[in-house]
Amino acid sequence: MLRMSALLGICVLSLLTAPAGAKGDEQVTSFTLDNGMEVVVIEDHRAPVVVHMVWYRAGSADEPRGVSGVAHFLEHLLFKGTETLEPGEFSKTVAENGGSDNAFTSLDYTGYFQRVAADRLGLMMQMEADRMVKLQIGPEDILTEREVIIEERNQRVENNPGALFREQRNAALYMNHPYGTPIIGWRHEMETLDLDDALAFYRQYYAPNNAVLIVAGDVTPDGVRALAEQHYGPLPANPDLAPRQRVEEPAHLAERRMVFRDPRVAQPYVTRSYLAPERDPGAQETAAALTLLAEVLGGGQTSVLTQALQFEAQTAVYAGAFYDATSLDDTSFGLIVVPAAGVSLEQAEAEMDRVIAEFLDTGIDAAQLERIKFQIKAQQIYARDDIDRLARRYGNALTSGLTIADVQAWPDVLQAVTEEDILAAARQVFDRTRSVTGYLMGDDLTEVMQ
Amino acid sequence: MKTFVLTLALMLGAVTARAEMVIQEVTSPGGIKAWLVEEPTIPFVSLELRFKGGASLDAPGKRGATNLMVGLLEEGAAGMDARGFAEAAEAIAARLSFDVGDDTVAVSASFLTETQDEAVRLLRAALVEPAFEPQALERVRAQVLSSVRSDLKDPDAIASAAFDAMLFGDHPYGSPYEGTEASVAALTRDDIVAAHRAALARDRVYVSAAGDISAEALGTLLDALLSDLPQTGAPMPQPVEVVTEGGVTVIPFDTPQSVAVFGHAGMDRHHPDFFAAYVMNEILGGSGFEARLMEEVREKRGLTYGVYSYLVPKDHAALYMGRVASANDRIAETVAVIRAEWERMARDAVGEAELERAKTYLTGAYPLRFDSNRAIARILVGMQLDDLTPEYVTTRNARIAALTVDDLRRVAAELVRPEALHFVVVGQPVGLEGGVIGQ
Repeated sequence: MLRMSALLGICVLSLLTAPAGAKGDEQVTSFTLDNGMEVVVIEDHRAPVVVHMVWYRAGSADEPRGVSGVAHFLEHLLFKGTETLEPGEFSKTVAENGGSDNAFTSLDYTGYFQRVAADRLGLMMQMEADRMVKLQIGPEDILTEREVIIEERNQRVENNPGALFREQRNAALYMNHPYGTPIIGWRHEMETLDLDDALAFYRQYYAPNNAVLIVAGDVTPDGVRALAEQHYGPLPANPDLAPRQRVEEPAHLAERRMVFRDPRVAQPYVTRSYLAPERDPGAQETAAALTLLAEVLGGGQTSVLTQALQFEAQTAVYAGAFYDATSLDDTSFGLIVVPAAGVSLEQAEAEMDRVIAEFLDTGIDAAQLERIKFQIKAQQIYARDDIDRLARRYGNALTSGLTIADVQAWPDVLQAVTEEDILAAARQVFDRTRSVTGYLMGDDLTEVMQ
Repeated sequence: MKTFVLTLALMLGAVTARAEMVIQEVTSPGGIKAWLVEEPTIPFVSLELRFKGGASLDAPGKRGATNLMVGLLEEGAAGMDARGFAEAAEAIAARLSFDVGDDTVAVSASFLTETQDEAVRLLRAALVEPAFEPQALERVRAQVLSSVRSDLKDPDAIASAAFDAMLFGDHPYGSPYEGTEASVAALTRDDIVAAHRAALARDRVYVSAAGDISAEALGTLLDALLSDLPQTGAPMPQPVEVVTEGGVTVIPFDTPQSVAVFGHAGMDRHHPDFFAAYVMNEILGGSGFEARLMEEVREKRGLTYGVYSYLVPKDHAALYMGRVASANDRIAETVAVIRAEWERMARDAVGEAELERAKTYLTGAYPLRFDSNRAIARILVGMQLDDLTPEYVTTRNARIAALTVDDLRRVAAELVRPEALHFVVVGQPVGLEGGVIGQ
């Protein structure tokens, strides 16, 4: 497991504009407790506030088959009491200290956070350490909370045809890997989740050697280290924690196409999702090229798809490109076109493919690439105004197989990307046999023919 | 003329020296007022502008004009077409956003210290010299129409629109500010020019800034940015009284989870009991997991993922509203539980311990809000819209701490009115008695 005794004091993000860099950069320090718990401290002394987060390297993609949604269900249950805290007492205590708290579950991680006055950090650690190992829940908590997550699914997914469409699309893109299963779970499996399912996941993954502690705000590394050793230090590591090894995708040999009809759809659209590589530790170059590709193709008013389809041909009311670089396993690269009135989805798709083909032929406007790179530099300055987001950036990366060094190298890796890198990455990813094309449409058959 | 500055050092949280925040009241040489918190740590500035009036200034028959106008501000100005404008903003990494609401047009800008002058020139072009080119008008109109059509099939939007129509009828508050398919389709370039002239004027602008800029520099910036706007805009709409009858209106819509919007008349932001009402609502339906509605509807019964109530003091009407969603076969129970909580609050108000908990939370959470340039700029401009003074930051917690159970009892008896609480439910609710209106 990860064991580092030396304090890695690192001053991050060498800003590329000289006057900016002179004005005090974000301060990031990291170390690891003896039980394997990784700690990241981000200093920002402008306000007496702290964000305290614990991220587990366990998300929905780590669930056993048949109990989809259990990672998210467990996240809800962690507010339901421990051997020392009554149900609801955790959040109540945070609120009584003027703070707010919540949690989130994703494919690769589950995170818990509180935002409080900096002098309450110790209390937050005490309670978070407590529920890492002393969860105590009864059968009645399970039943009520299961109703809550089903209502959450109703609200987020069942009431929203676009969300149902995304679920179906992911399931089609990933033929074997668990990223094809929704984070919130398939409804029929959520309905049978029980206490044993939740506790099995808890015992396997909730341990200090599977957790990342992130503290951001008006704190010092020494102060955080002392409190972390006091509260998290005594927790035992889980010796049975195995490296995360998910099942892999087989060769993709057939392009997949789907049509999803729902009478609640007023505005049809077409999407194309390609399986794509993600950032890997020490090897982020391809992901950086794909990040810039998404910007070049769909990042705002001057991007290639927007200019060609919204401004020139006027066949779209919206066009865009999406890529999530930070992921433990293979991620996806997406394109979307929302056709203008009177344009069919078939025409919209043909237009999308025409523009991509022309783009691969003609290459990238140097001025556009320069503007994008300047915005990435500026983003490093703006990002320092938002400690929650900085904290999440580290948490997301460290639970997706990356290291702090990778996070800190990322801006430079992005700056080093060339036009050739972007075009090469595009040619590698735009392979129809590794893609899903989806049409989302109403149930009115005539609209396709318009 | 020089920039005039009035400085006020405010102790936030009153615990540490770091918690001191200095609000400067700046008057530019040209007479434009702004609040500033100078914070040079990070080399950028957050600037917030609010123009009072917003979409409620739409002329009769021109619903959606202000919204479409605001959508066009960054689509070409001062000799630049839409692409030219976007390229210029990207080249200096300025972040400009333009938004509209019932009562305001909101402009948010973040720009790097090193590119400040270019950013201000660009923002001025958008605000003062927008081109409203016919091509851009058609492109943005198509986007708005797409969104209007989507709202007609979205249960959340349907519920809000029906509730507003019921309360406000022909007043601008009574219809979505995006407009209808027919009204948006009929808008001409002249309508957009008129909406611009009506909404963006100096007599209604409120300004705040936080970040790497001095008071002197802000004064110069404001004159460059705003002095060419017209002095006066369109008159504000008339106030409107909120009258509801208790009951349920069902709007049939084929979806598995019913969405409910509920409410009745609220309280004006300037009412002396507004603080008491605010704290009372925190206890009844605030955003924490401890609020009574969350406890009774979600935690105890598992009927929903989220239920909230909130005071909505608009400029020309005051509402007390809430929102919830439950599966079609469970929404009736949800509505019954919310009604019961409304009755309990009206009858018994709140207990001593409950009030103390809410006060501790609200007073403790307040200083935590001021944690970034962006947040500070937003808070400061919001305070100005509410006619508050900078001292409010130092007195706010004391006023909350001084509230008693009797204050909350008085305000609960006046404000919380179960007999007037009306629910608009969109879905296929089972077992809900009430009037049904067609979709």
